[in-house]
Amino acid sequence: MKSLLIRDLRLATRAGGGFGLALAFFLIVCTLVPFGVGPEGGQLARIAPGILWVGALLACLLSLDRIFALDFEDGSLDLLATAPLPLEGAVAVKALAHWLTTGLPLVLFAPLLGVLLHLPGPAYPWLLASLLLGTPALSMLGAFGAAVTVGLRRGGLLLSLLVLPLYVPTLIFGAEAVRRGASGADPVTPLVFLAAITLAVLALVPFASAAALRVNLR
Amino acid sequence: MSIWEYANPVKFMRTSGAALPFVVAGAALCTVVGLVWGFLTPLDYKQGSTVKIIFLHVPAALMAINIWLMMLVASLIWLIRRHHVSALAAKAAAPVGAVMTLIALMTGAIWGQPMWGTWWEWDPRLTSFLVLFLFYLGYMALWGAVEDADSAADLTGVLCLVGSVFAILSRYAVNFWNQGLHQGASLSLAPGERMSAVYRYPLYLTMLGFFLLFLALLLIRTRTEIRRRRLAALLARENRR
Amino acid sequence: MTRLAVRDLAVARGGLRAVEQLSFALAAGQALILRGPNGIGKTTVLRTLAGLQPAVAGTIEAAPESLAYAGHADGLKPALSVAENLRFWSRVFDGPEIGAALERMNLRDLATRPAHALSAGQKRRLGLARLLVTGRPVWLLDEPTVSLDSASVALFAGVLRDHLAQGGAALIATHIDLGLPEAEILDLAPYRARPGQRDQRPAGFNEAFA
Repeated sequence: MKSLLIRDLRLATRAGGGFGLALAFFLIVCTLVPFGVGPEGGQLARIAPGILWVGALLACLLSLDRIFALDFEDGSLDLLATAPLPLEGAVAVKALAHWLTTGLPLVLFAPLLGVLLHLPGPAYPWLLASLLLGTPALSMLGAFGAAVTVGLRRGGLLLSLLVLPLYVPTLIFGAEAVRRGASGADPVTPLVFLAAITLAVLALVPFASAAALRVNLR
Repeated sequence: MSIWEYANPVKFMRTSGAALPFVVAGAALCTVVGLVWGFLTPLDYKQGSTVKIIFLHVPAALMAINIWLMMLVASLIWLIRRHHVSALAAKAAAPVGAVMTLIALMTGAIWGQPMWGTWWEWDPRLTSFLVLFLFYLGYMALWGAVEDADSAADLTGVLCLVGSVFAILSRYAVNFWNQGLHQGASLSLAPGERMSAVYRYPLYLTMLGFFLLFLALLLIRTRTEIRRRRLAALLARENRR
Repeated sequence: MTRLAVRDLAVARGGLRAVEQLSFALAAGQALILRGPNGIGKTTVLRTLAGLQPAVAGTIEAAPESLAYAGHADGLKPALSVAENLRFWSRVFDGPEIGAALERMNLRDLATRPAHALSAGQKRRLGLARLLVTGRPVWLLDEPTVSLDSASVALFAGVLRDHLAQGGAALIATHIDLGLPEAEILDLAPYRARPGQRDQRPAGFNEAFA
């Protein structure tokens, strides 16, 4: 399992791995929004939690299809499926690799973009905490969507259609926590819900993803 | 004789073919009588004539949720017992469910305009129906995208399972997110909140009508799917030769 | 010692049975070559044995985790070097170190070269070297010699012969003469599935509705 993680991280960081693409996308989204809604600081501050969360979510979406598609094409997935490690474990490891190369950088990058969007000061710790708790669920659910669509030729668009509704609860609780943090209210309740969803997703979705992969491999 | 015998396509075709005229007739009768009866009910003292849209709105909303539930049950039967008709029934039900959701959303908007002064409100009930609609779209798109029928049935089955969990989760999440304007359950059993019998009986009738309508559409669409699969099977056999 | 025993196996492709009533046994030290016209289901049989798809009927008996499958694709990552690719599979399969495998498949000089810079034949050799680092006794090979030159085919035949001598076994779908005169031939043509038995459990939609 460790070797699979190391290989996926190495592939993501080498040339052609697409590392950093999600960050650039996140930056662009957060740059475009003020062009759309106007430069007025108070208004930006009000919508900043939502923009940051939606931006992170969309940036996460970009690289989802790579989780399994490349391994499917070059036959690695066949070989992994016949390897001693359970496919559920392989799915979880690949989702973890996706989170380490996409989710975690987004989390660390988000406060910087918060400055661009006039995010109020007290919200920063909650922004970090909510993204840190929420993005693993985004990667895991994304891995499920990628597993379902891996054999399809036009899988990318379908992947978004399948995965985005699954992101609704995470987005609601994540953005709510930041919004409450920004307004000085107590953000712990949504954070607890967010963590609960993430834990449940991490525990259960690998089984659904592995089942979908097995269907697509046969 | 067991209920599973209806999983045999031949048997299903025979039985459903015999039952279909009665279901269609029942659906037409209940829906038409219920809607006309509903239209002739007296005006509500608060909501005026707009209340009459309830006879479309509530049955459609009810079916929107229950059709997804039926798809979940059918998917589970397929995943566990591998009855092919069950998977096709789930596929056949999805567009009907999506349209019911759309009817509920649109009649809700038409009703909401005079009542709340807005076509759309990010109310928990409205929002969760919108999310449910997205789930229907994703489910149907997946059926359409996967070419191999066996893979498509398995993948949509798994998606239906996961989607059901998240549909429920979204329902409670949006509750947390916005308290909402929508009135409580229309058919609450608590005395006092209960709607007047004048409206209740025609509503029951339209609900029965919508259920029968769904059943009729489900049977017709499942029969179409079975015929389509038979055609594909014959072609596959021909190509194998 | 029997490495792999197959009884009354039926496999399906595209929802239709392709091969049925297939029975054979593979003993340690034995190689069996699968023959049959294109499209009869050689790949499907191998993938079913490897556990990548469920058998429609019949039993497959083998020690757990004793089968290594090599299909048309080699499972190589272009961005990784030859040694990195091989070491990854060795770790995943908990197999032996990669030095011997590099040596045997004549890849020692290419060890640091990235896989995208390999020729088709070199990639194939690397894909076959993977079999050596899985440490598994039964090899399921699907056209293993595609894009190999005659010298490499001979090299691989030597590796295969050593593997058999050490108690391994191999089931090979191939049309080329591997230079293994001791290998027996299993022709799939007599096992081609005949449609129309209604009492069987359907293999997929295409059988359930025909």
